[in-house]
Amino acid sequence: MEKAIEIENLSYSYPDGQQALREINLAVGLGQTVALIGPNGAGKSTLLLHLNGILRSDGTVRILGVPLEDKNLKWVRSKVGLVFQDPDDQLFSPTVFDDVAFGPINMGYAEEEVRGKVSQALKWVGMEGYEGRSPHHLSVGEKKRIAIATILSMSSEILVIDEPTANLDPRAKWELITLVKGLPMTKIVASHDLEMVTALCERTIILDEGKMVADDATPSIMSNTALLERHGLATTPERR
Amino acid sequence: MRHSFLDRYSDLGSFIHKLDPRTKVITTFAFILVVVLTPPLRWQAFALYFALIASVVLLSKLPPLYVLKRSLVIVPFVLFITIFIPFLKPGEVAGSYNIWMWHISHSGLLILWNVVIKAWLSMLSLILLSATTKFAELLKGLEQLRLPKVMVMLLSFMYRYIFVLVDEVIRMKQARDSRSFGGKRTWQLKTIGNMVGTLFLRSYERGERVYGAMVARGFEGQTRTLSSPHFRMADLYFAVAFLSCLALVGFTIIL
Repeated sequence: MEKAIEIENLSYSYPDGQQALREINLAVGLGQTVALIGPNGAGKSTLLLHLNGILRSDGTVRILGVPLEDKNLKWVRSKVGLVFQDPDDQLFSPTVFDDVAFGPINMGYAEEEVRGKVSQALKWVGMEGYEGRSPHHLSVGEKKRIAIATILSMSSEILVIDEPTANLDPRAKWELITLVKGLPMTKIVASHDLEMVTALCERTIILDEGKMVADDATPSIMSNTALLERHGLATTPERR
Repeated sequence: MRHSFLDRYSDLGSFIHKLDPRTKVITTFAFILVVVLTPPLRWQAFALYFALIASVVLLSKLPPLYVLKRSLVIVPFVLFITIFIPFLKPGEVAGSYNIWMWHISHSGLLILWNVVIKAWLSMLSLILLSATTKFAELLKGLEQLRLPKVMVMLLSFMYRYIFVLVDEVIRMKQARDSRSFGGKRTWQLKTIGNMVGTLFLRSYERGERVYGAMVARGFEGQTRTLSSPHFRMADLYFAVAFLSCLALVGFTIIL
């Protein structure tokens, strides 16, 4: 199978010396949907930031077979779309239109094309007609959808989402899961919402203390309660 | 959470609202320039300036009381700065208002009046500008007027995140108030100091994350934007009418 993402021997320490990722080796096939789960502080977000070169360290990251280097950063970022956890970080423009158009404009598309991409992306997430609204006045669920639209408008081939269901009520959560499920590209989803992972991802990777401790089909990970308990993803029976 | 917005009432659809933001920016700054250059003794000129602004406010369908209330917000600031001038400026003593060892001088009072009336008129025109223009359009206008893009970007981030920060402050205050049971003044001050520090750190980290989100979408240091609306005939009419009123007042009264 053709590989969308390949990571070899990736380790990373924060500037204060704390080790965040240790010897990560990982390959994701084209079109796969992979969950990255783990307790708080396991290094999930740090790993995601390596996928489009915002963080760099020793080890190799290959995107669609091309090693990530300084000279192809722009290309990599057009291929790997990263949706941040807090939509208030992702949406920084005065209007929804400006935010969704930010990526395509930076990609250097012509005006007509930009407008087309924006309306297409907003339609995809079911938010047509929100172009002139100010992101601050939207609900969290709406902000999350717009945040995804800001990436869809760039026509990325790999979609990376950090905690898509955090802070959402059950209805908004399931609407978002349906939306993400309908997107055709390769997807990496970081979360500890096991319900969402089960519904969305065929493969699950567990990350704990910066190490990959499990990598298997989602059903077999979810049925291994002992494994989940060991890594803070399920509570032990005596606490229930 | 809802806040009173800078551009409240900017959704009204009056003639003034529909003008190109550039027209409004240019006329506003022309107005301020003329007001500031008017000699303080020409009080008729100030009355006419006020009439000019008031008629534009009426045209714009803004509630006049709202404009008036907003404009009074700056008065304490201006007064605080200028209130000492009549006491400190040497000159002919105005009457017998000898308070302790200060004398109120005529020229000092004149400066006070001059600063207050000019600040207030300028404020009125700026409120008119910001209340009839959506902030996003105002930014577009400033950018088309060749304001450096870095400054436009700073303003746009300010507008986007000021509400996020205010929310954060409100949440912190609520968390403090739910756990605080009085205590000494110094203790309370210390708490406020800690909150300010926390707010700074959070904003700093948010800045890093926002930058990450920009870089992830291909940001490389320059902002690029799409082109936007063009001048219409209405803009020309308004600009010509407003500026000639200004010029008329200027020539007949000042000179």
